[in-house]
Parts: sequence; C-alpha cells; structure tokens
Amino acid sequence: MRDFYGVSLPLPLMLGTARYPSPAVMEAAFRQSAAPVATVSLRREQGAGQAFWDMVRGLGVHLLPNTAGCHSAREAITTAQMAREYFETNWIKLEVIGHADTLQPDPFGLIEAAEVLCADGFEVFPYTTEDQILAARLVDAGCRVLMPWGAPIGSGLGLNNLHGLRSLRAAFPDVAMVIDAGLGLPSHAAQALEMGFDAVLLNTAVAEAEDPAAMAEAFALACRAGALAAASGPMGQRDMAVPSTPVIGKAWL
Amino acid sequence: MSDVTIIGAGVAGLWAARACLAQGLRPRLIDRKGTPGPHGCSWWAGGMLAPFCEGALSEPAVVTHGRRAAALWREVTEVTHKGTLVLAPERDRAELQRFAARTEGHSICDAEAIATLEPDFAPRHRRGLFFAEEAHLNPRQALHDLTQTLAAQGVEIETTFLAPSEIAGPAIDCRGMAASDALPGLRAVRGEMILLRAPEITLTRPIRLLHPRHPLYVVPRGDGIYMLGATQIESASRAKITARSALELLSAAYALDPRFAEGEIIEMGANLRPAFANNLPGIVQRGTTLHLNGLFRHGFLMAPALAEQAAEFLATAATGDLFRED
Repeated sequence: MRDFYGVSLPLPLMLGTARYPSPAVMEAAFRQSAAPVATVSLRREQGAGQAFWDMVRGLGVHLLPNTAGCHSAREAITTAQMAREYFETNWIKLEVIGHADTLQPDPFGLIEAAEVLCADGFEVFPYTTEDQILAARLVDAGCRVLMPWGAPIGSGLGLNNLHGLRSLRAAFPDVAMVIDAGLGLPSHAAQALEMGFDAVLLNTAVAEAEDPAAMAEAFALACRAGALAAASGPMGQRDMAVPSTPVIGKAWL
Repeated sequence: MSDVTIIGAGVAGLWAARACLAQGLRPRLIDRKGTPGPHGCSWWAGGMLAPFCEGALSEPAVVTHGRRAAALWREVTEVTHKGTLVLAPERDRAELQRFAARTEGHSICDAEAIATLEPDFAPRHRRGLFFAEEAHLNPRQALHDLTQTLAAQGVEIETTFLAPSEIAGPAIDCRGMAASDALPGLRAVRGEMILLRAPEITLTRPIRLLHPRHPLYVVPRGDGIYMLGATQIESASRAKITARSALELLSAAYALDPRFAEGEIIEMGANLRPAFANNLPGIVQRGTTLHLNGLFRHGFLMAPALAEQAAEFLATAATGDLFRED
C-alpha cells in the first residue's frame, strides 16, 4: 500500500483553498467532503494572508503548503522554507511554473528545486507532467510522491493523456502518485483512481461550482468509488468486435 | 445632547447617521481622521451599484438589499442609471455563459447591441451581457455629498477618537478593520485600484471583463477618467499596489481596449476591505454597541440597508436579517 511519506489517507482527495466565494463556503466544502488534505498557497497568486491561513489551519486537516505562483527554483525554495516555518510541516507541494498563462510546470526548475528541498529534509510533492524521464529524475532527487497533471491548471479537461499517465503509473509501481490539476468532474477523479493513482488534488472544479460544498461531496463519492474499484480488480476490456472462435452456424455444443 | 454615538465616518458611518436622523434619533458622528479621505477604504471604492453582478458570488441578501441602494443614494448624490455591460475575451466565452447562469436581471448582447450601448467597443467585442437595472456613482463625490447633507441637518463630523467602552449610551461602531480587536471573525481582504485618464475612450457605464484569473472592472468617472479595479487578495498588508497587480489590471484594461495603453495613470491605491467569513456585511450587537462591519466589496451597495437596520433596532429593538451571531 503506497502512502504519502508515511501518512495514509482515509479518503484519497486533496482540496485546494483558493477561489471559493468566501471562506465560509470553503469550510463547508471540506466539511461536506471530509477531504483529509488542504493545499494552501503562501504567495498571492491564490491569495495569502495570516487571517486566511489561520482559517485553513482551523479546518483540522493535513496541510500541504504549495509554491504556487513561483516561476523559478530559487523563489520556490524560499517559499517552501517560509511554508515549513509557518505551517510546521515538512510537506511541500512543489510548483515551479514555466508559463504564466497555461501554468505548466518548468521541468528544469522543478528538478533543481526538488534536489535542494529533498536534501533539506522536505517531503516534496512535485507538480509535474506525465513525462517519465522527468519522473525518474524527481525520484532520484528523493521525491517519494509524484503529482502528474491531468490537464492544465483550471482547465477542467480531465485526463488529457491517458496513455502517458498509464505508462507513468506502470513505470513507478512503488511511488505514490496524485493526479493534480485539470480535473473538472467527479468522473475524472474516479477514472484516475480506477487507473491506480493514489489520490487526486483539485481546486477550481469545486471552488467554482455553483454549489461548491455539494460538488466537493460528489468528488468524495467518486474518489471512494474509484479507489474501491481499483482495489477490486477490474475485469479489463475485451474486444468482442474481433472474432476468435466463430460460433454461428457451427456445432459448438 | 445626542442619542447615539457613531464611530467612523466612512460610507457605513455616514449612512448610519442619516438612518438615525430618519428614525428621529440625534447622532453624534466622530472620526479620528475627520471627513472622508484616503485614510478610509470607502475612498478607494469602485462605486458600482451592481447587485445582480455581485450576486454571482455573493449571498442572496446582497442582491435583495443591493437592489434598493441606487434609489437611496439618489436622495443624496448623483447616480447614473446606465446599467452594466459584462464582456469576456473570445477565448473565455465559457466564462460569460457561467456568469449568465449565476445571475439574474441581464439580457444577452450581440455585436450590434454592444455597439448601440457603447459605440467605442463595436469591433472588438461580439458577445456580452447587459444588466440594465444597475447603476454607478462617483464614490468620493458621494461621500462628500452625504457629508454635506448631514451637515445641513446639523450633524458635523467631529475629529476625535473614542473607543466604544468610553461611550455612555448606545454606540454604532463603523470603523472597518480598526474594529478588528472587537470582532475576531473579521479579516482583511486587500484591494488595489488604478485611476487612468484616457480621454480617447468614451465609455458611459461600468464594464466588467470576465477572465478565469484576472477579472477586471472599469468604472467611468467622467472627464475621460476611468477607475480600474480591483484585486481581491487575502492579505492584511497595507503596502502600496504591487507591480504584479498593476500589470494585471493594466493588461486586462489593454485587452478590453488597447487605447487604455495611451492613458495617463493619475492615481494608484490599495486598501483593506473588512470581511466576515461568509463575505456578507452584517451587524453584530455587543452590549450597547452595534458593529456595522464586514462590508467587503459591497460598501456602497450595502451601507444604506445596514444603516437602516441598525437605526431601526435603536428605535424599536427590531433585529433585521443583517444581524448576525458573532
């Protein structure tokens, strides 16, 4: 059973804390979904401030501070250090953004920051693509969790590259993996878990739903369904369109 | 002498004084900095009276009470009733559909309708939403006019400071973030704005540009001056506007109309909006003090209704729907 740096989660769902209509709505989303992990940003990209951080702490869940909004390894490292001090956790969701519009990760800055932070005792959750070489370098750097994207942040497109994600999952059977970013619907989350990913992380799909608390609950149900399905041994697909032993017109009894 | 002491002469305190007078109560209005100015967050407001647009992300009370705001403001200052036009860049057209699904009181505009409303925009924007019932005002002029109206009724703003504990008899505390010691649930949400003079552009009504990350509104102030606003950041920092915010506001304005790039920046500002956890303005009762606070981004929209309920409570002990448990 893969865990997250020694922590097993009762529900494989991590929720972001940005972009809700109000902190009261955010709190309701966590309560109604029972999501056990909250990501929180220290930089203004997602809004940051003492009073708001205290509200996030008040949720009583595992906190996963992130380096959202950092465009270089150096910025991300400094932000991670501030996060560790403030939130008193070694967990850090490492984001090094390569492009301001698509928010896709900068793989080179990511490796650089991951090496420094792992050596410094951080438990790094790198936001990465489905690229296997990059994944191998992150694992070499000391990462025991990977967070491949489903699709660009905030796009709601779901799992964009199923083949790439499936290969990545198969290539690193011992590394816990969280699908992070791009999920828009609970069915996307269920699909990720059915494929053997260990959790999903999302923010916009819940925060920008018309009823964020209800949507958070929908994602929680999908996560349970997907995890249960993965543990139950899916039958796999059969291609009935390709004839094997023709039976029609034959004495097959 | 006076029946009630009002602390803080921002938009909430001024309306509280007006509402007390309407209930036959004599208010004493004090503010440690005197008449409204850059020290208060009302000074930095957009001045949109846009209950339907705000309804997209607010509690229903903002829509129900906000709909009455324009008529109440018209009693004391000039209110422009030209509605709100909501636009989105072509790529973000889905934002427009989402906004339409979450708001009432709008009609869908094609290029022709947009050209009729704002001829300046004809070629650039092909689809939008028009909220005909909404209005806007010039917040600094409105604060001045409201101050004058009160003075004409014998209520002058005294430049002095008293804490609620130093006041005998009923008090209405309208100090915004300065009252946060008394209201632990109150937090600051930083907002930043830019005033731009762009006489080439002739917009007549507030425009909102939807964007997944950098939404913008532009409010015409007359004389070719436009207010660009406003960021919304979970922070209590009173520092000046950041370079990032200025870039985002200006590039959103540029996307709306490239001629904004030729505009003259005449002012940039930052201040703190007080907000409760559900971002809904409210009244908290503490002994003989009523706190009118948490006006968030709804100061000009919600101050009249909050003030009415506070004054009504003092006169009749009735608690309206904006009273909240703390």
